[in-house]
Amino acid sequence: MLQPLAFYLFSLVTLLSATFVITAKNPVHSVLFLILAFFNAAGLFVLLGAEFVAMILVIVYVGAVAVLFLFVVMMLDTGFAELRKGALQYVPIGLVIGGVLLAELIFIYSAWEFAPSITNNIASPVTAESNTVSLGLLLYTDYVYAFQIAGLILLVAMIGAIVLTHRQRSGVRRQKIKEQNTRKRDDAMEVVKVTTGKGV
Amino acid sequence: MEIGLEHYLTLAAILFTMGIFGIFLNRKNVIIILMCIELMLLAVNINFVAFSSFLGDLTGQVFTMFILTVAAAEAAIGLAILVIFFRNKGSIAVEDISSMRG
Repeated sequence: MLQPLAFYLFSLVTLLSATFVITAKNPVHSVLFLILAFFNAAGLFVLLGAEFVAMILVIVYVGAVAVLFLFVVMMLDTGFAELRKGALQYVPIGLVIGGVLLAELIFIYSAWEFAPSITNNIASPVTAESNTVSLGLLLYTDYVYAFQIAGLILLVAMIGAIVLTHRQRSGVRRQKIKEQNTRKRDDAMEVVKVTTGKGV
Repeated sequence: MEIGLEHYLTLAAILFTMGIFGIFLNRKNVIIILMCIELMLLAVNINFVAFSSFLGDLTGQVFTMFILTVAAAEAAIGLAILVIFFRNKGSIAVEDISSMRG
């Protein structure tokens, strides 16, 4: 009884907040509803028994991606209201394409079944250990190269974001270590021979 | 009433369609378009995890984590491009992103 209730609650809130994400006038509200949608999707993942992925979803999406969106939305001081002007022009074709896609997907989902031999083709069956343990055992053995490549993608994204947004400002005093280290004594001081009784 | 795989697949289908419709609805605002892409990736993740759970196969959850990685990288790069574009042009309207005559 409780599981269907939780499923319908989570999925309803997910869909409602997704609706508000795409219709909200203020992009900050969009980001906040996106966070709500991610939280409810994490709840759905917990219902499906994928606790680790649920927690990763909360940490990565809510903690990193959504906050990044929030920063950028607040940083770009642009007229979001006038961006919506004339936006309704493409709603009919959007409705048509979305409706056709949804109809296709529902047709597929209502007329399929698992092949009988599917139980022989389970690549990595769920083991008796907890979700996190079995996922870790799988990720660091069978998928270790893919895991390393995923880390490489993150590294490239980090370096790319830094390189893209870094800028040279004029009028900023920086420490020039090379010049400091290659400085000779003669550049900085002058030795004056002072004759007695005359001063400098 | 039992919650089956079809329930999750239908939810993911509606969520994916909503993401696509959001791109049409907010076609001038790049930030909302990026958010719609995140919604679509979330729908794909729900599909992966639902199949993984109902088949008893952990591979789906492994691939969900790779999708999460790529989504995070894509959001970071996309927003960085958006920030430098705003710095250069003073606008984020999609129509203004035409300097490459694409």
